[in-house]
Amino acid sequence: MLPKEDAPAVVKVTGLEKSYGPVKALCGIDFEVPAGSVLGFLGPNGAGKTTAIKIITGYLTADAGKVEVCGLDAAEHALEVKQRFGYLPENNPLYLDMRVSDFLQFTAHAFSLRGAAAKQAIERAVLQTGLQSVFRRGIGQCSKGFRQRVGLAQALLHDPELLILDEPTNGLDPLQVVEMRHLIRELGKTKTIIITSHVLPEIEALADRVVLIHHGRKVADGPLAGIACNGHGSCVARVTFRCTDCNLDGLLDQAEATLLETRPSPFSDPSICSALIEVEGSEGLARVAQAAADRGVDLIELAPQSGTLESLFQNLPPGSEL
Amino acid sequence: MRSLLIAKREFFSTFDAPTGYVVLGLFPALAAVLFFLTGPYFALDEASLRPFFASMPWLLVMLAPAITMRLWAEERRSGTEELLLTYPFRLRDLVIGKFLGAWAVFALGLLCTIGVPFTAAAMGDLDWGPVIGGYFSVLLLAGASLAIGLFLSSITDNQIVAYLLGAAVLMGFNLIGVAASAEAMPEEFARLFLMLDFGNHFHAITRGVLDLGHASFYLAIMVFFLAANGVVLERRRVR
Repeated sequence: MLPKEDAPAVVKVTGLEKSYGPVKALCGIDFEVPAGSVLGFLGPNGAGKTTAIKIITGYLTADAGKVEVCGLDAAEHALEVKQRFGYLPENNPLYLDMRVSDFLQFTAHAFSLRGAAAKQAIERAVLQTGLQSVFRRGIGQCSKGFRQRVGLAQALLHDPELLILDEPTNGLDPLQVVEMRHLIRELGKTKTIIITSHVLPEIEALADRVVLIHHGRKVADGPLAGIACNGHGSCVARVTFRCTDCNLDGLLDQAEATLLETRPSPFSDPSICSALIEVEGSEGLARVAQAAADRGVDLIELAPQSGTLESLFQNLPPGSEL
Repeated sequence: MRSLLIAKREFFSTFDAPTGYVVLGLFPALAAVLFFLTGPYFALDEASLRPFFASMPWLLVMLAPAITMRLWAEERRSGTEELLLTYPFRLRDLVIGKFLGAWAVFALGLLCTIGVPFTAAAMGDLDWGPVIGGYFSVLLLAGASLAIGLFLSSITDNQIVAYLLGAAVLMGFNLIGVAASAEAMPEEFARLFLMLDFGNHFHAITRGVLDLGHASFYLAIMVFFLAANGVVLERRRVR
């Protein structure tokens, strides 16, 4: 299998622009989603995430720009493109008057699956999303967690190459969030996924690439680790190392890093120390690694931490709420 | 074929809501009551269903918007419109499918009035030709009324607003001929108003003469409002 960075793009967005009257929602964003990757589409509320998703799915048209899905122009080949993706819209709209089984049957027919193919597709989607216990129940009688699974099942039904999930854990309780993330992580092993969220830990837990947009413009794009420390201000990292007589202050001074707090060692070995440090971008991380090597310190771990995307958002221009 | 999938869904989902019982229960009952109890049936001393069909345009003013009010408005309010429009359907599949679903619902309700002509036939010598023509014209009138209701449902996300708009517009189409008879009305307008009057075309067909001109009028209204419905949906994508 091709490394994700070199894999062909399943989605290619070029110069996408959209205005709602005088309000410019998207100001020419470009990005690609390589095959097999899970792309986190991040941004504060009102940044333009959902507008971009609605254009990719064909629900809205763009004022300018182009969307290609699996090499097909989404505007010219709308029906073919719609066969290639599964979509879970924000707030998970469903026909509450239908039974789960009838709704999935309707969706299967909508995607031109008939007879045995439809039956097989429904069985697979029900199994994947764990809907067996509510299969004959009315959707309106299902819990929010199950409804979210129904939404995911309809998106998965025709076994699409691409899954587009707009805020998939919105409104779920913590246990349901964990279940939904587990499901998405499993799906990410075999499918290309675009997932939007403004919940940063969610993106960190699920995505391997991130596109960050703000006021309709792309402000960052790349692998998650790179985004976390890409020069947009400081970033927090956990450093774990082994040494018997460490001069941590000296090491950090050399690397121009700041000690935030020492952490209990994750190992029982007393010679292993751990700390949270603040460094300037990915260059800062490289300097820490260099300083450790210069001083003969065994570096066990040097990793950007949860919270780094928060700091990225905080470094964005004011005028938006998270 | 794709339209039939949508039509089927709409047909069955109507009977998950009170609208279904209104169409299957209240409508036939009201039509029968109006005919046998309040109409001039017994006074006429003849087995004719003309008064029965004469009540249909007004029953449809109430009934057609009741069937169509939720078709787009509810999709929009609940967000399921986004699902439908991102499934691989053409807009025309969706519009025609919803229309056919609504038309089938009405046709089933109309079928439930079949007891009326059979009762009339049992009580006297009924000429079945005008009855069949009458049912045919009711279906055409209903098609035009439902197409208007469906279009009006697409411009709002509120079912009540869709219903009131539908009833008002249909009432307008049934009364516009009256305006044509006003003395001060210029002749060109009077002709136009008479041409648009639903009752004018309807009563011509129910008289038993199958005139393609009158039937074409209803078909043209259907095509116009279904196309307008498609334009509304397409415009909303651009917004």
